[in-house]
Amino acid sequence: MTETQPGGTRHADGPFLMDVTALSQLLGALEAAGYQVIGPTVSDDAIILSELGSAAQLPFGWGVELAPGGYRIRQRSDTAAFGHSAGPQSWKQYLHPPREKMWSVDRSGGEFDVVPADEPAPRRAFVGVRPCDLSAIGIQDQVLGRGEHAGSRYAARRAGVFIVAVNCTEPGATCFCTSMGTGPEAGPGYDLALTELVSDTDHKFLVDIGSPAGADMLAQVPVTPAGDGTTGLARSAVAQAADQMGRSMPADALHGLMAGSYDAARWDDVAQRCLTCGNCTMACPTCFCTTVEDVSDLSGEHAERWQLWDSCFSLSFSYLPGGSIRSSDHSRYRQWLTHKLGTWHDQFGSSGCVGCGRCIVWCPVGIDLTEEVAALQAEARQAEAQQAEAQQAEAQQAEAQQAGSRTPGARAGGEQQ
Amino acid sequence: MARPKLAVWKLASCDGCQLTLLDCQDELLALAAEVDIVHFAEATKTDLPGPYDVSLVEGSVTTPDDAERVRRIREQSATLVTIGACATSGGIQALRNFADVAEFTAAVYARPDYIETLATSTAIADHVTVDFELRGCPIDKRQLLELITALLAGRKPQIPAHSVCFECKNRGNTCIMVAHGTPCLGPVTQAGCGAICPSYNRGCYGCFGPVANPNTASLIPQLARLGMSEIAIERVFSTFNVAAPGFSPDSRPARPGDA
Repeated sequence: MTETQPGGTRHADGPFLMDVTALSQLLGALEAAGYQVIGPTVSDDAIILSELGSAAQLPFGWGVELAPGGYRIRQRSDTAAFGHSAGPQSWKQYLHPPREKMWSVDRSGGEFDVVPADEPAPRRAFVGVRPCDLSAIGIQDQVLGRGEHAGSRYAARRAGVFIVAVNCTEPGATCFCTSMGTGPEAGPGYDLALTELVSDTDHKFLVDIGSPAGADMLAQVPVTPAGDGTTGLARSAVAQAADQMGRSMPADALHGLMAGSYDAARWDDVAQRCLTCGNCTMACPTCFCTTVEDVSDLSGEHAERWQLWDSCFSLSFSYLPGGSIRSSDHSRYRQWLTHKLGTWHDQFGSSGCVGCGRCIVWCPVGIDLTEEVAALQAEARQAEAQQAEAQQAEAQQAEAQQAGSRTPGARAGGEQQ
Repeated sequence: MARPKLAVWKLASCDGCQLTLLDCQDELLALAAEVDIVHFAEATKTDLPGPYDVSLVEGSVTTPDDAERVRRIREQSATLVTIGACATSGGIQALRNFADVAEFTAAVYARPDYIETLATSTAIADHVTVDFELRGCPIDKRQLLELITALLAGRKPQIPAHSVCFECKNRGNTCIMVAHGTPCLGPVTQAGCGAICPSYNRGCYGCFGPVANPNTASLIPQLARLGMSEIAIERVFSTFNVAAPGFSPDSRPARPGDA
C-alpha cells in the first residue's frame, strides 16, 4: 500500500478490521471529503436507497423476505446493518436517473439560444453496494459511459462516485449471482469492500481496500490489521453464501438458448401472465433504455428536451410509422429476455443480467425469469430430442432402403441420383 | 394574427374536468393570453358562435339530444378533444349499460315518463371523430396544459400511454403491491395522474382507464391472492371506466378463478 494523505495512517494492503462504531467515522470522513452519502435505510416498510445523515439510519437489525411478486422486511435476530438483499431500487436511480434534462432552447428575436443542461454532477458515496449491483454499475459503465459515451452526463456522474461495497453472506430467496458470476464476493470496481461479521457479542467488518481513494478514506477511520482467523471467518462466510442462492441460472448456455428460442411456445405461456407494466425493466439495475421528450411552454418561446426511462414493455417503445413493431405481449417479453440474456453479449460483451433477482421480486404477478429460462431450456431439449429421434428414424429408414435395394439394377439407379 | 378560439362543452358529467382548466391558477392568465375562450359556461357568460379552433368536450352521451349536440359541436370544431372518463369511456353513469335503465328511472323519478334517456352512456368517440382523448377522473391539470400547449405549437402532445407503474418508478415509489401486499390496478391502468394514490400507500383504482391490451386476466387472480374478495374486484373495475374495453364486465374474466 502507498502513503496516504498527510496526517493519514499508513496502511498495509489489508485486510483490516473495523468496529461497527467506526461506520460513523467512515460516513463522516466521506461527508467531509465532499461526498453526498447514499445508502440503505428503512422507509415505508422497505429498505430503500436514500441520502444518509448518519450511520444510525442504516437498517440495523432489518432483513428481507423475498419471493416472486413479494417483498417484506423482517426484524432480524441480530443487529446486522447489511443483512438484507436487493431492494426496490438500484444505484441506477442515481447514475442513470428516471428523468433528466438534456438541453433547453429559448427564442429571442429570430434566433434560437440552445443551452445544454449543465446540472453539476454531485460527488456521491454509495455505501452498501452488493457485488451483483457493483457488476450492474460496471455493465452500465460499459453501455452509457465508455466509447462514444465517454463524455456523457452518465460518465460525469459516475466519475465522482466512491463505492463502499458489502460482500454478501446471506443471499435472498430470489438471488442467483453465483450463476451469473457476479458474487457473492465483490469483484473489482470498489474503493472499499466490507464483510459484515456479527454475533451476540461482537459486530465488526472486515475491510478490503480496492483503490488509492479507498486507502485514503480508510486512513481516517480507526481500523486494525485483521488477523488470519477473522479474515478466514469472513472469507468462508462469503464463500458459503455461494451455496445458499435461492435461484440458479444455466449461465453458460444462455446466449445460445436465447438465439435458438425465437419460436418457442413458452413465449405464449409467459405472455398470458405478463402485465407488460414495465416494472421488471425499471427495477433492473442494468436496463438502460430511454426515450426523449420535447416540451414547450404556452408562449412558444421556451422549449426543453428531456430524457426519460423507457421500457421495451411499453407499446410506444417500438413505435414506428404505421404502429408498434412489437405489439404483442409475447414479442415484448421475448425482446426483453433475449436481449438481457442473449444479444447483450453480442452488443456489449457480457450478459445483461447480474442475478440480483429484482425482476422476480418486483413483478406484480411474480414472473420468475429463472423459471422461464428453465422452461425454454426444457422446450429446447425436447425439440432437440425430437429432432435427434427423427434423424435417427430417417437414418434407419435410409439404411433399410439401402439394405432392401442391394440388387445390381436398383443400385445403379440409386447411384444416379 | 387572430388568437385560436377555444370552446369548452359539457354533456353528462360532474363538471370536474372543465374545472381542471380553472384549476390552472398559475398558468390561467398565460393561457388566456394565447387563446380566445369563446364558450365555457362554467367560467364565463361569453358565448360566441363557431367555428372553433379547439373544442374541449366533457361528459358522455346519455340522451338523444346529447348525440345530436355533439355532432353539431364536431361540425363546428377544427380539433375536438374529449376530456375525462365520461367523455372517453362513458363514465360512472355507464353502469347503466349493464343494467336496466327503465328500472332506474322508475325507481328515481316520480314521473319517469318525463325522462327521455338512452339505454347506454357512451364515449364521444362512439358518435363522432375525436382528435385526442385526455383520460382521467378528473383529468390531470399538467396533461391538460401540455395538450393545449402542444395544440397551439402544432406539435405532438407528450401524453404517455404506458402503465401507472412507470410513474411510480419515476417517483422512486416502492411498489405497494409487492412490498405491502396492497391490491393495485396500476399495472393495467394508463398513466397520467403521476401515481397519486400509490404515492400515498393506496392502491390505484384505475381512474385513468385501461392501458392498451390490459392483462386483467392475469392481474385479477393476483388481486384475489392479495385478499380482495370477488365483489371487491367487481367493484374496483366498475367505476369511472366501467365501460372501457378491458375493465368492462364483458371484457374481463368474471371470477378470479376464470383466468
